[in-house]
Amino acid sequence: MERAASMHVRPEETVAEFVGATKRYGEVLAADRIDLRIRRGEFLSFLGPSGCGKTTALRMLAGFETPTDGTVLIDGQDVSAVPAHRRPVNMVFQHYALFPHMTVEENVGYGLRQRRPRLSRREIGDKVAKALATVRLDAFGPRRIWEMSGGQQQRVALARAIVNEPKILLLDEPMAALDAKLRGEMQRELLDLQRQLGITFVLVTHDQEEALAMSDRICIMGKGRIAQIGSPQELYDRPATRYVADFVGKANILSARIVARAGGTAQAVLGNGAAVTVADAPGDARGEAEIAVRPEALSLAPSGEAPGPGVAAVAATVTHRTFLGDHTEYLLDAPGVGALQVNVPRQAERVPGGHGMGASVHVIWPEGAGLVLAAG
Amino acid sequence: MRLYALAVYAFLYLPIAIIALFSFSAGRSASSMQGFSLSWYGRALNNPFVMEALWTSVKVAFLSACLATVVGTMAALALTGMKGRVRRVFDLAVQIAVMIPGIVIGIATLIALVTVFDLVNPWLEPLTGLKLSLGTGSLIGAHGLFTMSLVVLLVRGRMETLDPALIEASNDLGATPFGTFRQVTFPQILPAILAGFLLAFTFSFDDFIIAFFVAGAETTLPIYVFSSIRRGVTPEINAIGTMVMAASLIVLIGAQLMLRRSQARPRP
Repeated sequence: MERAASMHVRPEETVAEFVGATKRYGEVLAADRIDLRIRRGEFLSFLGPSGCGKTTALRMLAGFETPTDGTVLIDGQDVSAVPAHRRPVNMVFQHYALFPHMTVEENVGYGLRQRRPRLSRREIGDKVAKALATVRLDAFGPRRIWEMSGGQQQRVALARAIVNEPKILLLDEPMAALDAKLRGEMQRELLDLQRQLGITFVLVTHDQEEALAMSDRICIMGKGRIAQIGSPQELYDRPATRYVADFVGKANILSARIVARAGGTAQAVLGNGAAVTVADAPGDARGEAEIAVRPEALSLAPSGEAPGPGVAAVAATVTHRTFLGDHTEYLLDAPGVGALQVNVPRQAERVPGGHGMGASVHVIWPEGAGLVLAAG
Repeated sequence: MRLYALAVYAFLYLPIAIIALFSFSAGRSASSMQGFSLSWYGRALNNPFVMEALWTSVKVAFLSACLATVVGTMAALALTGMKGRVRRVFDLAVQIAVMIPGIVIGIATLIALVTVFDLVNPWLEPLTGLKLSLGTGSLIGAHGLFTMSLVVLLVRGRMETLDPALIEASNDLGATPFGTFRQVTFPQILPAILAGFLLAFTFSFDDFIIAFFVAGAETTLPIYVFSSIRRGVTPEINAIGTMVMAASLIVLIGAQLMLRRSQARPRP
């Protein structure tokens, strides 16, 4: 999905940068030498499980954490020692952190009231009204916070942040407290909002679907380090490591022996002796390696049908099948290879009603499906 | 079971109810009811000794509550910022202070004050002509010291339930540390501070034991009541007791409402 906001922005323009940013709490390395340039106007997500360092990275950007080592720059300025209240960024907190003793308007105007020299009452009122209109809460200004629903509170938190026209808007798992339906709606609204404002958005999430749906680029974190950074498609199609392949979408991870590498493809021999052709990763090592293949990249044929000449096929037995409407998830046991998952779209089923439990099948491995993973 | 509970409550509150009832008696006996009249209330309120003792009590209660509120709130804020063993020790000390019997605090404060006065007065008197002695000042000090721990407990409790993200949100939106305190922290803990003030006020206003030790020549209302009982009990004492109780109850209920209001607000 190409998006307008990122297209009229020169890709080389950097709004913020981590240079070897490290955060240590006693023995624990929460962030380990993070190097990252955040582009102006992009929607960047930090994605990873809890404790991977994504929140620490965000908090270093906000100014709630000072890096133990390395620096954080915003607009080319080293802000490592600048406290949060003097940084040109604003955050939407996980549980919104709205001030319960203030009305919606007072919450939204809070940042404006801190400005020195002071803004006039009228100017603040106008900006607050505009921000509330942006999040479609025009009539809610005089309400109390606890009179608002979860989704409305989220929008107040959003308005309270964007009214200050920050250089970067930070979002700390903002959708975690919303139910699934509201979450989808809110994701679309956030994207519209970003397009409209042209502000750089940095999102922290543990939800890979959310990251895939919203981001221009995703930064996958693990153990305080950046595991891989790239567009959602790049990460899905070319995960560099097993960790990334596992975290983004579903993947079959198989042990294989690499026998040849040339022209961006590699010849791999699976545990049962079947030879397959997969996409290659940088490097030229041969021998034992792990390869990843997406469940939808493979297909199934009944074992009675001989696979055509030059088609790689792996004999397997169906152990579980889950019918999901538009496609069926098959779990298979392939002797010598291990467990495999294959997703077959409904119209691609070769047997009416699909393969039954215990059926013997061939797993068809198209040329170039899957790729070699780097160690780690 | 229900009967038993009823008996317990009767045992607790019947004597108080009887005092309140007898205060409306028209006769001269403090321990029987003879007709209905408000005359003893009138006598109590026109008695210059009662009014002077009342004025002393209110003055001491108000000033000691102010002292306790300011110092106690500052202590609670400082304790929240502390970590580890220091904080645990101070927390424990505050909790123990609440549990120490009044008579111990009374004696301890008296001895401490007299010792300090003996040390300071030989220097102070020739220099300024002033001489420290027991009186309103020592009452305010002793009560303030004791009730401070109540304020600390209440304000600390409120600080514990305060969402730290609120402070961060305020910083994030550009408020200086003092701005954050003024606009977010203080309004959030204000109900607890007010409740602490009211509680401190009532404790001081009702206190007899500590006051008895450190009052010197001053007479607070509880001390007046105590000494007049020795001269013979009239329904006037009942009337004073009922008024003090009613005032204390009103203030305590006010404190409770204040606390409840600060907690009843649903968190965002």
